[in-house]
Amino acid sequence: MKDLRRDFPQLKRKINGKRLVYLDSTATSLKPDQVIAKEEEYYTTYCANVFRGIYTTSEEATEEFEKARDKVARFIGAFSSDEIVFTRNASESLNVVMNALSRMNLHGGELVTSIMEHHSNFVPWQQLALGFGVPFRIWNIDASGVLNIKDLEKLVTKKTKLLAITAVSNVLGTINPIRQISRIAKRINPNCLVLVDAAQAVPHMKINVKDWGADAVAFSSHKMLGPTGVGVLWAHRALLEEFAPYQYGGEMIKEVHADRTVFAAPPHKFEAGTPHIAGVIGLGAAVDYLTSIGMDAVRSHEVEITDYALKGLATIKGVSVIGPPKAKDRGGVIAFTMKGSHAHDIAQLLNEDNVCIRAGHHCAMPLHEYLHIPATARASFYVYTTKSDVDALVEGLEKVKKLFA
Amino acid sequence: MDLYRDVILDHYKHPRNFGHLDKPDIVMEEGNVTCGDRIVIELCVRRSPRSISGEAGQASGVTIDDIRFSGDGCAISQASASMLTEKVKGMGFASLKKMTMQDIERMLGTTLTPSRVKCATLSLEVLHKAIQSI
Repeated sequence: MKDLRRDFPQLKRKINGKRLVYLDSTATSLKPDQVIAKEEEYYTTYCANVFRGIYTTSEEATEEFEKARDKVARFIGAFSSDEIVFTRNASESLNVVMNALSRMNLHGGELVTSIMEHHSNFVPWQQLALGFGVPFRIWNIDASGVLNIKDLEKLVTKKTKLLAITAVSNVLGTINPIRQISRIAKRINPNCLVLVDAAQAVPHMKINVKDWGADAVAFSSHKMLGPTGVGVLWAHRALLEEFAPYQYGGEMIKEVHADRTVFAAPPHKFEAGTPHIAGVIGLGAAVDYLTSIGMDAVRSHEVEITDYALKGLATIKGVSVIGPPKAKDRGGVIAFTMKGSHAHDIAQLLNEDNVCIRAGHHCAMPLHEYLHIPATARASFYVYTTKSDVDALVEGLEKVKKLFA
Repeated sequence: MDLYRDVILDHYKHPRNFGHLDKPDIVMEEGNVTCGDRIVIELCVRRSPRSISGEAGQASGVTIDDIRFSGDGCAISQASASMLTEKVKGMGFASLKKMTMQDIERMLGTTLTPSRVKCATLSLEVLHKAIQSI
């Protein structure tokens, strides 16, 4: 892949005279000039509210906004653009579904999720199950951080209302076989809703929601080179029709009378209030950027960097990586522990050389509890990550080790 | 590298008053879940005759006779706990109550970045909870 680093202005920054080694793309990605420029274009040339104005700039803004929806729809292989709901983030996308389910009768049902979920795809279902007093079943991992597909046959039953599963773990890096999972769940119970947290998948690999066979998919813009403050929910049109609105307000209305309201058709039914217009348009530019690189190239670059990093980390005594051992089986994220050094100290010391990694439980406390690890250090990669970034990580870890030896 | 001064690393690698008391009067535990830090403090206390007879401010006449800590966490939380146990042994509850984050910073001899304040003050938090419990 060609060097894209010059597109990312923050990578030009020096702190205390040293370059930035950004290894926290799983938390949020850096933004290319193309995305920043597109957001600026909205604010400087057609800043107007969408949908309502009968004047040129408002029409331009509306067109750009809806164009972004089309781009996102094409990018993930949606059947049509009106299946794309813009939210604030992936968490909110999942909460749209949670809210809709909370209005349905779940008594006698069961909810299923996995132990490797981010809190945002765990807590809503746990709370929903607690609220209805229905079983909340958790799919556990094996020793290498992989879900055993055979277990699913026992977890999903005729009673299951929802299977909420991540496509890629933000800690283990495990890539789950969503297509296979959906197929098995639907075979056991065609009425089981399959919801995929794709926050770590959409930015990093080619995905197609039709191939997946899932009912709903959530992800966020800021992890895929786009602006913060924008999330996406994709769901089948029929589901969006059936789901209750998440919030009430402007833009989601067809008719309001003193005694009743008719909501707009999806996706607008779920987009109450003025949206993050610049953010959505910026996401459109991020999709263009990723499309121009090609998602297969993005993926193979990350596999190469991950493989290099796994080999580099293996040279440091006392470092143990959690998750699948091979780069091809994982996303571009590596969580690890180092004997004698707490993850926070590792992150703090690496920061001395501007090596940015994350430490803690990465919003996956159930997983860390399951593994009996209080905290892990996590390095993650994206299109702009180079082998020399990985070298800086490995050198930094050697320094940490020396200090705590 | 100011944060990881030799004295902090020394306390981290060789924690003082680490372990358990035979018959503690108070055991208090607190965790910082975002870091996975956990600290348990055990205290043996001594009451001066004044506080036994007096009614108001009964904690004021109590001092720490012995102290141990245990748990796990980052170098900052563990070193801070170790240094704190040395500092407070023999101290009265009244002075202990007045201790703040600034005292911890002085004790560590460093300024804390916002993300590390919680780590450094966890042991003080546990100690404050412990002395409030009697």
